Amino acid sequence: MTSAKDRIVKRAVQEIENGMNVNLGIGIPTLVANEIPSDYQVLLQSENGLLGIGPYPLETEIDPDLINAGKETVTTVAGASFFDSADSFAMIRGGHIDIAILGGMEVSEQGDLANWMIPGKMVKGMGGAMDLVQGAKRVIVVMEHVSKYGESKIKKTCTLPLTGQKVVHRLITELAVFDFTEQGMVLMEVAPHVTVAEIREKTEANFTLSENLKIVT
Amino acid sequence: MNKTEKTIHEILKGLKDDSTILVGGFGLCGIPEVAIEAICRSGAKNLTVVSNNCGVDDWGLGLLLANKQIKKMISSYVGENKIFEQQLLSGQLEVELTPQGTLAERIRAGGAGIPAFYTATGVGTPVAEGKPVKVYEGKDYIEERAIVGDFTFVKAWKADKLGNLVYRKTARNFNPIMATAGKITIAEVEEIVEVGELNPDEIHTPAVFVQHVILGDSSKKRIEKRTTRTEGVAG
Repeated sequence: MTSAKDRIVKRAVQEIENGMNVNLGIGIPTLVANEIPSDYQVLLQSENGLLGIGPYPLETEIDPDLINAGKETVTTVAGASFFDSADSFAMIRGGHIDIAILGGMEVSEQGDLANWMIPGKMVKGMGGAMDLVQGAKRVIVVMEHVSKYGESKIKKTCTLPLTGQKVVHRLITELAVFDFTEQGMVLMEVAPHVTVAEIREKTEANFTLSENLKIVT
Repeated sequence: MNKTEKTIHEILKGLKDDSTILVGGFGLCGIPEVAIEAICRSGAKNLTVVSNNCGVDDWGLGLLLANKQIKKMISSYVGENKIFEQQLLSGQLEVELTPQGTLAERIRAGGAGIPAFYTATGVGTPVAEGKPVKVYEGKDYIEERAIVGDFTFVKAWKADKLGNLVYRKTARNFNPIMATAGKITIAEVEEIVEVGELNPDEIHTPAVFVQHVILGDSSKKRIEKRTTRTEGVAG
């Protein structure tokens, strides 16, 4: 039995096509990088000013001047480039990033995303998340379907302060894949051995079923 | 013209209480370490500090926090710092959280003489509260104001004595745009070369934006999250 996280990562990586420029958020999205097929030429963008993130460095390759947006030491791939923060966000806000994959705390049936603050708790900041959800061509949210208290994280309306309004194109959980369309939230795929009834029970938001409803592969 | 003649202590005599300062860097990468230590010693207080992050407890801007010199932070992410949390909760410190791209653009605009601009980033979120909204082609945008600093402190790799700057790898980050947005910009660098030694095609920050160059200390560089792989393992 694979973990929920593994299933989410395995499904999320299928969103990435050869030749894409991709931004991966911190947490589950970062794990997607390891699953990108090795024959793909994909450039991973890091908000702090790098297009073409490589693997973590060997002990002998560590360079304090070379980090990712999570402040971890990294390397570069062939074809990588460095730039300043204004260029970095011109890439993001100007619609030049093909896909942003972000983590979520809540997603609403309108495609609103909340992933940066919990009122009453220390607010650390939104970093580049609000820019990414507005600017990337396609915004994919990956998160576990229910909270650790068993509550649906997919809401009719988000209860937490938003990161962006009507910004999510696709939501991937360990149980299902949803798209956000003009007609509302649509169930596109269900995980193997999961029933639509179970998804309904664990989802507060209203959704319809796609005519081409598939099993997640 | 030689912009390397003044020491950081001489330069900082002009830094008054209640000033706004811009400080380059992302996490602890590309921060002006020596200048921050000197600001600490200068004792200037009630500073408004514009920087993407606020250092860690014992390094970077965390030093100014510990010394209670910061009145307000304008940042996109401040999560690596316990002193920050304590001062914020006790009301000693004010924070203006700004989306990272909006922060970069506010600084770029400040340096380019643009007082404000409209962006979709933050629409429908707490960031939009109180800001004018305009509709362009059916879509909402909020107004964001430019940022200009009384002093800017950046970190570069190399400078010539005129103040032309070259940055290194991801230590570039906010530094080039901040260099344009300071009334007085101080560049701390790892190496100072003679005028003419830098290839004009490779200069990131032209000398016009820089008033002073000081020599840093590359042994002070710190790594916030040391992540490695082992030989033969990719990723």
